[in-house]
Amino acid sequence: MPINFQTAVGVHEQALKLRSYRAEVLANNIANADTPGYKAKDIDFKGILESAHSSSDKMRTTNSKHMGGDYDGGASPELLFSNPEQPSADGNTVEVHKEKAEYLRNSLEFQTSFRFLNGKFKGMKSALRGE
Amino acid sequence: MMSLFNVLNIASTGMNAQTVRLNTTASNIANADSVGSSVDKTYRARQPVFAVQAPGLAGSGMSGDDKGAGGGVNVLGIVESNAPLQMRYQPDHPAADEKGYVAYPNVNIVEEMANMMSSSRSFETNVEVANSAKQMLQRLLTLGQ
Repeated sequence: MPINFQTAVGVHEQALKLRSYRAEVLANNIANADTPGYKAKDIDFKGILESAHSSSDKMRTTNSKHMGGDYDGGASPELLFSNPEQPSADGNTVEVHKEKAEYLRNSLEFQTSFRFLNGKFKGMKSALRGE
Repeated sequence: MMSLFNVLNIASTGMNAQTVRLNTTASNIANADSVGSSVDKTYRARQPVFAVQAPGLAGSGMSGDDKGAGGGVNVLGIVESNAPLQMRYQPDHPAADEKGYVAYPNVNIVEEMANMMSSSRSFETNVEVANSAKQMLQRLLTLGQ
């Protein structure tokens, strides 16, 4: 049985990539928590991952006017502005508590993805050893 | 995973900016009662101006184009407050003018204390961000072990 790397690793590789990118976006928000006029940014993780995951059964583009819309895992995902609950007077929309919580959640989810990926590699290793 | 290394860069720009802010606050509080020899020479409260750093400076996004997450925060410069100086009537003071007034700096101690707390909290937050990025990177190094 040949081992296909792409199917063995699955979506977790892209999830890790996206998680580390999101960590960067959130870190930038936190660093700019006191910058006047700065707008907090975030990525739509679920949407991007779904489009990446379903790329095998995505809609076919049979006409040149059809739009693709799948995430190839390489280009920067689209950044969206987040809406503040309590906008501040200087135009800054960063809410540090929210960003911190999101950063923590992102870091935990990174570890989760990492564990899955690590488990896949461990499984492949023991399959290769044949013990 | 260059993004995670970039988190460290971004957090360090944040820490740097907050350090500058804490420095100006320290200078303002230390000089709150420094009288100058004239109105022009009296100390004025200083504040840093923060701006978003261009993404290309501290690194960019996944593909290296300009749609990156941003490069952190940049201190554009330090401005002096234009608020009027505090004129106190102290005729015996050696620096008093002919009417007996002494110009004291326009430092608002209450404002500076609030600034100090805010900047030290922001600094701590950036340290935590850098720390958890470090943990993620270290975890990543054990992949496949």
